[in-house]
Amino acid sequence: MVTTKEIPLKEYVLKGNAACAGCQDMVALRHAHKALEGDVIQVVPACCTSVVQSLWPKSGLAVPILNTAFMASAATASGVKAALKAKGNDHTMVMVWAGDGGTFDIGLQALSGALERRTDFLYICYNNQVYSNTGTQRSSATPLHAQTTTTWFGKTEPEKMLDMIIAAHEPVYQFTANTSYPRDLFDKFKKAQEFEGPKFGHIFLPCPQAWNYPVEKGVEIGKLGVETGYWIQWERVGDEFTLGKHSKRFQDPEKRKPIDEFLKMQGRFSHLYRPKRNDKKIREIEDFIQHRWDMLIRTFT
Amino acid sequence: MKTELMSANYAASRAVVSARVEVVAAYPITPATTVPEQIALLNEQGIYKGQFIRVESEHSAMFACIGASSTGARAFTATSSNGLLLMDEGLHWAAAARLPIVLNNVNRSVSPSWNIHVTHDDSYSKRDTGWIQFYVASVDELYHTIIQSFKLAEDERVLMPVMVNSDGFVLSHTVSPYDHLEPEEVDKFLPPYTPPHWVMDPENPVSHGNIVFPEHYSEFRNMMHEGTKNALPVYTEIEKEYKKLFGKYFGGPIDCYKCDDADVVFTSQGSMGAEAKDAIDELREEGYKAGNARMRMIRPFPVDKIRELGSKVKAFASFDRGVSYGFGGPVANDIRSTMYHMKHRPMIKSYIGGLGGRDMAIPDIKAVILDTFKAVESGELGPEETWNDLKD
Repeated sequence: MVTTKEIPLKEYVLKGNAACAGCQDMVALRHAHKALEGDVIQVVPACCTSVVQSLWPKSGLAVPILNTAFMASAATASGVKAALKAKGNDHTMVMVWAGDGGTFDIGLQALSGALERRTDFLYICYNNQVYSNTGTQRSSATPLHAQTTTTWFGKTEPEKMLDMIIAAHEPVYQFTANTSYPRDLFDKFKKAQEFEGPKFGHIFLPCPQAWNYPVEKGVEIGKLGVETGYWIQWERVGDEFTLGKHSKRFQDPEKRKPIDEFLKMQGRFSHLYRPKRNDKKIREIEDFIQHRWDMLIRTFT
Repeated sequence: MKTELMSANYAASRAVVSARVEVVAAYPITPATTVPEQIALLNEQGIYKGQFIRVESEHSAMFACIGASSTGARAFTATSSNGLLLMDEGLHWAAAARLPIVLNNVNRSVSPSWNIHVTHDDSYSKRDTGWIQFYVASVDELYHTIIQSFKLAEDERVLMPVMVNSDGFVLSHTVSPYDHLEPEEVDKFLPPYTPPHWVMDPENPVSHGNIVFPEHYSEFRNMMHEGTKNALPVYTEIEKEYKKLFGKYFGGPIDCYKCDDADVVFTSQGSMGAEAKDAIDELREEGYKAGNARMRMIRPFPVDKIRELGSKVKAFASFDRGVSYGFGGPVANDIRSTMYHMKHRPMIKSYIGGLGGRDMAIPDIKAVILDTFKAVESGELGPEETWNDLKD
């Protein structure tokens, strides 16, 4: 893994952007661009990043940014890549940076199309599990029992296992990452540069606004996501699956921290503890976590 | 230049090659389908040297064109009807981003019910997107108008996308001669596209499309409006040059035939305008001073030209192959509002018909014009609009 001092000093996420305090999206973007080092065109659909990149005529990012419509990022990226190809440019990385709504829901068709066409691009879904740009509505990435402004008493369904859908498209490289492990994230973007063809990265990032926790707790919550087994760090090159070193020991349910440590820090789950712990619903969350582990390991190993 | 025999769709795909388009993204829909089919074939044969993205929807087709054009490539797509409707978000986006994309819309009725034949409702419903709109009447005109459209769209004074409309089946699947130009010949007319405003380039990173507050938004919209309006004078220059280089001229935004001394002028969009010339000839022989104004461009609306025409005639017989539901004939109503401020206001009769591909033959067109002559004689406008061929 890259050491901190090996990470380039150059900043591509500039000062003065409009991100909220404690925004983990900025952590992800910052390390992604330090890995890609500028030779990139970034396509951004409607999402937090389209808001926080700053207001016209200024830009909060030191790379070319093409904003596009909500459901159209992968299609737009296909066009960008085709134009680069037509002009004989085979080095510039085309990267989509889309939220979970723009990926799991409205942008899924265009993404499926671009993957199937073997488009040479990197699609990043930064997943804060909610439509946070519009103010915390449920998406199909919102977890079971999480409160949102369209699921006032908690979501009744677990999240879509998007990674399985993506894997069925057989990207050349697929990874999950978590902003609490920025060096690991950096390495994965470096690695993505090595492959020609469709690449997909799924980044877990806590959101203080939507999840309702103190702004300084993002890294802690992200780590608890891994340590409770809720979020799984892994990567796949072709058919070759590697369970991430941060997640390895939590494959064993006995080694996982109690899910309460992850849930209790977040206001969106507070109803599960009032007036007393809702054992049944918390059990359902635990069951889903195990189900996800089983699906992942059964499918990829 | 060499004369070839092809359908309008086949010719459109050849125009893509002649204009050295760099990226095509398209999705099949009847009757536009043979455009992407032919582009695929020409691509696989190495004749079309650009990129062809076989997208999974029309929405993606337009946004792939947007991505390509944003990266400085000349981009093209073709569609029809529901496909055009699915592109709607992208049509607005392309216009506001000032991207000179060219689209061949093969006019088809909008569903339900399923009907694959010509109605202009699909493109009429896109009049307010900012796209420049042409309607053509022949295979030859379609081929050359597509080439001209790139020059028009890419002109720094315009920088707006162009939709070239051709009637489904009447043109799209009907073989007729057109004069083909090799890319080397077109080079004299159409230089490579170099974006004068903005482009995605890691060497010079800019952000396009980020948030603009009310204090600037109107200015951007005003520039779109001015850019679209500029298409009229710029197109005049383009046609002049094109005529000089290739001897081709299709009549400007309104192709007039025997209008100079006409009492009644028939206006229409698309292939019907070609039939109408024969109707005019017959009416002239019968002693009626009738003229034909084929509306080639309806956005920007050729206001000056209509006023000039309107100042000389007693009436317009204005035919729409489509409807603005609850208000009538879209182009007829545009002509009416254009003439409102003029001293001499001719009678403007609105006719709606030929929907869903129903034939509009020479006798039908003559009947419409004669109906207007009758109204002029009586001095009564009659109904707000006349559904010309409606059955009882």
